Formats: sequence, structure tokens, C-alpha cells
Amino acid sequence: MNQPGMDKFRENLRNIKGSFAASLLRTKRPISGRSRAAVMLNNFFLHIQGVRTNVNTLRPAYTFGLGLVSLFLLFFTTVSGILLMIYYNPSTGDAYNSVKDITYVVFAGRLMRNMHKWAGEGMIIFVMLHMARVFYTGSYSRPREFNWLVGIMLLTLTFVLNLSGYMLPWDQLSYWALVIVSNIIQSSKELTDALGITPYFDIGGMAKEFFLGGTVPGKATLIRVYFLHIMLLPILLFIFLGVHFWRIRKDGGLSRPAGAVEKSVFSWPDLLRAEAAVFMLCLAGVLVYSFYVDAPLREMANPLIPENPAKAPWYFLGLQEMVSYSAFTGGIAAPALAILGLALIPYLDREEGHAGVWFSGRQGMITALQSLLAGAVVLAGLLAFVIRFGWFRNWWPDVPQILIIMVNPAGIWVAFVALWSLRVIKKTGSTRMGAIALFTMFLVSYVMFTYVGTELRGPNWEFYWMKSRWPVH
Amino acid sequence: MDDKTGDKDGITRRGFLGTASLWAVVLSSLTLLAGIFRMSKADVYYEKSRRFKIGRPENFPVGTVKKLDDKRVFIFSDNDGLYAVSSVCTHLGCIVNAVDWGFMCPCHGSKFNRDGRVISGPAPRNLPWFRITRHIDGNLVVDAGREIKTGTKFKV
Repeated sequence: MNQPGMDKFRENLRNIKGSFAASLLRTKRPISGRSRAAVMLNNFFLHIQGVRTNVNTLRPAYTFGLGLVSLFLLFFTTVSGILLMIYYNPSTGDAYNSVKDITYVVFAGRLMRNMHKWAGEGMIIFVMLHMARVFYTGSYSRPREFNWLVGIMLLTLTFVLNLSGYMLPWDQLSYWALVIVSNIIQSSKELTDALGITPYFDIGGMAKEFFLGGTVPGKATLIRVYFLHIMLLPILLFIFLGVHFWRIRKDGGLSRPAGAVEKSVFSWPDLLRAEAAVFMLCLAGVLVYSFYVDAPLREMANPLIPENPAKAPWYFLGLQEMVSYSAFTGGIAAPALAILGLALIPYLDREEGHAGVWFSGRQGMITALQSLLAGAVVLAGLLAFVIRFGWFRNWWPDVPQILIIMVNPAGIWVAFVALWSLRVIKKTGSTRMGAIALFTMFLVSYVMFTYVGTELRGPNWEFYWMKSRWPVH
Repeated sequence: MDDKTGDKDGITRRGFLGTASLWAVVLSSLTLLAGIFRMSKADVYYEKSRRFKIGRPENFPVGTVKKLDDKRVFIFSDNDGLYAVSSVCTHLGCIVNAVDWGFMCPCHGSKFNRDGRVISGPAPRNLPWFRITRHIDGNLVVDAGREIKTGTKFKV
């Protein structure tokens, strides 16, 4: 048996595990500082992250892993979404039945659909929480202003992706949400109507027909929404996500207190271990939630029987509540001002030295608390007033619409937030404090408007304390 | 005298061509973008025609209130004639219900009187009235694409 060829073969066979690992990792076992650095640099998936990680980045109470959670939720929606695409059929005749098959027939279909739905809606919550973390730790300040803008883009895309997915089952919820949304898109018509120029320049109607591919939601709409959901918006999301991560590295990693000692550890294994832990927690959370809570599926879409109340998905109900005061203000002016305000924050507050500390210290915490209280009280008062006494149209039925567009609860609230923030800047002499006031009130309004629209509005968009008190019909 | 291509402001031939080509890039990109949007705007609507026949006038005796759900109109008939009122709420496009004092939207509670004028609620405009004509075959035709002044009735 003295055959050199066979010896070599046996030797290679015995060593296959080691040689494959070496070819995969392009490096030795990561046990020394040098090899730990090499493994991060030499791996496509790991080189996005630094060789060393600042200890502040690894403090759970600094980031709460919120950005990571958003990323992992996106990963779950992507995987489950690809699987759902095997069975889903985007035509008005078959969409509903294919979703029904996925839910009731396909192996693990219900779990995948639930995961897709809940991970997607979870992204809304966690992306917003991540934004709040970034904001309150002052991490938008120089040189991270642009990444804040990319983040706002990602938040917007998260909203629109969720919304487009909501339309796809083509059940009653989808259809009537589509009606509501297409009319929110149309809402500049309220203004052109009030000015009397709609017959000549109907930009709202044009936008609506552009989106629907017709005058009413139909088969052209479904294929458009499907294309947006699986193609255009995901591509945009992943591009912006790439830019977002790239800028984190280029801007010097995660923010940290200016004066702190620069202590760092090797990313392998400390950072990767922390990330893996967050991943497992996320997966467990989504799986358990999706196992017990089913994504809703109503009757097949019927254009002749409106849902009552007809509601947009919950994350847009704050918008719908404002639209019920004035379509133009609630559907266009207020959200545009909100996004513009958020986007301008890093350019209007250029104070240095606030990064890395929650609320930038005691004064910021007090400002945030004051804004939270004042905002909640004023907005609750405003909402209670509108619910109890109505608005101009209830007092003077013949009031011109233009007056309602100019003076309505949503507009008054936006003006209050702006004035309050300016007052804080004046009082404290700090633009950072003004930004904290503005952002806190933005969060307050998102939560409160959404709560009112979701929980307190029943049939005919009337006020009810509880869903159980809705009249039966 | 050396630089025959330049004037007093210092526009050189090279500079002019450079600026011009830059603007050519910008303009052609914008045109392309406009074309992309124009292509995405549907030219074919897979919908029923907005003009439709509703039958002969004899089918609408005085006092008739008919809700044509799939056409999204109400047809009324009174002593002054026939008229068609849109059943699409002008607020968010839900279908309104006829009640004894007018119309009521189930989505956001807009109320309209019997002529379709807004009484209360978030609706920004009155329910439009549509033109009714008589086809050559004797059938009545409603054109939901043509709004007419509220109160204009079709004399049979």
C-alpha cells in the first residue's frame, strides 16, 4: 500500500474540515489579536464593521440594540416575503384566495404570513424607537447630519412598504384602506376646490389617478401596489440601508461622549456575540408573537359595501384623524411640515458636544419632560374640544371651506408645536433644547393622534371610549 | 486680441461648450425622468365607462329613489323631472346612504341634505349632480364624468 497519490488523497480527506474553514475565513483561528482583526477584515459580511468596537457602542443601555432589531426584523420580512411570493397571486380575482390558501392550506403558511406582517409592523415601532434613541443621545450632530436624513428616508420607506403590503390581500380591510389612502393622496383637491381652480388644475385628482391607474381602485391598482411592494420600494430601501451603514463607519462609528476614554475591544468576538444575542431575541420574539397572534383577513374586497368605520392601517390612523378635520392640512401640509421639521433638525441645531449623552444631561431631560407634559395636555384638550364641540362646519354649516383649511385643529397643533419649540430656544438659549422640545412633541402627536384614530373612533368616525361600545349593525 | 473667442466677461469657447454640455446632460435626464413618469401614468383604464344607460323614463315614476350601487349614483324622480346625484362621498370616497333627510356617509359621518349639499362633517364639497340625456333609442343616459349645477333636473 505504498502509493503516494492515495496517501495524499487520504490526508486531504482527513483535513477537509480545516482546509475548508481556512478557505472560507481566509485566516487562522481568531484567537490572537492579529487573527481577530484579520477575520473581520477578510470576510465580506464582517468587513462592514470595524476591527475594533468602542466599549460605549456595546453598552446595552446606550443603544438598546434598536437599530439592530430593525435590521433583523427587515431580514425576517424579506425571507418570509420571498416565501409568500411562491403562492401569492396579484390579481383581483385570485389575490384574496391565494392569501386564504397561504393562511389555511400551505404548510407553515399562516406562520410565515404572520411573521411577515408582524415583523414588518414591528419595524415601524423599532425604527421610530431607534430614531428616538439617535435623537435623544444627540447623535445627529456633526458629522452625522446626513445619516439622520438617510434615516428619515428609511423611516418613510418603512411606512410606505407596510402600507403597500396592507393592500395585497385584497380583503375588505385592504380595499377600504386603499380608498382612504387614495383620497389622502388626492387631498390637495380640497385646496383647489376652495380656490375654484379644480376644473383647470386638478393636481390632487391627477396624483390619485396616477397612483390608482384608474379612477377607482381596481386590477391596475393591485398590480401597481404589488410592484411597489416587492420591487421598487425594497430596492430603494436596501440602497438607502447600504448608505446608512456605510455612513455609520465613515462618520466614525456610533456616537459617544466627547470626553470619554477611548477604550475599544476586538469586534470578534464581543460585538458579534452581542449581535447574535439580539438576533436570537428578535427571532424568538417574532416567532412567539406570530405563533399566537394571527394577521387579520376579512371578507373579500367588495367595493359596494364600505367597512364602517373604514380605516387606514393603524400606523396611518393619526394621519386619517387629521384628515377628518381638513384633507389638505391633515393629508399634505401637516405631514410635510413634520418630515421637513425632522429633516432640518441637524441643520438648525448645530451645537457641539451634546453627542453621546442621553438627553444631553439634566436640562434636556427636564425640557423633554416639560414638552411631553405640555404637549400631552394641550393636544388632549384640543382633541377633547373637537370631539365634544366639533369645528366650524358644525357651528356654521355655510362656512367657506378655505377657512377650515386655514384654521383647523391639525394646523393649530402644528403652530403650537413650532411656537413652543421657539419659546424653549429663547428661554434656554440652546437650539439643542429647542430640538428636544420639537422632537418630543412630534412623538407625542404621533402616539396620541394614532391612539385616537385607532381606539377612540368608531362607526361614522364618531367618538367611543371602547370598541365594545360600538353600535351593532 | 490674443483670445478671439472670449468677451469681456471671460466666456471662453471651452467654458461655453462645457456649460452647454452640462445643461444638455441635466435636461436630457429630466426629460427621461418625465418620460418615466408619463409612462407610469395609465392610458388605459380597465373600468366601466362613466357614461351608462339607466333604462327608459317610464321606469322612473315620480317619487322614485333608486340607488345604483355599481354605478355609484342615486337616481331621483320628482314633479320637476329626473336627476342623478353621486353616491361617492366627497371626503374619502365611501358610498353614502340615503336617509329621510338626505345622505349620510358611514365612514366619517359627513351629512348632506336632499340636494347633496354638505350639512356637517368633514366632506369638503357637495355631492355632484350628473348630466342626464336621452339616447336616440329612448333610454336615459347618465354621464358621471360631467358634473352639472345642483338643481338642474331632466324634464321627461
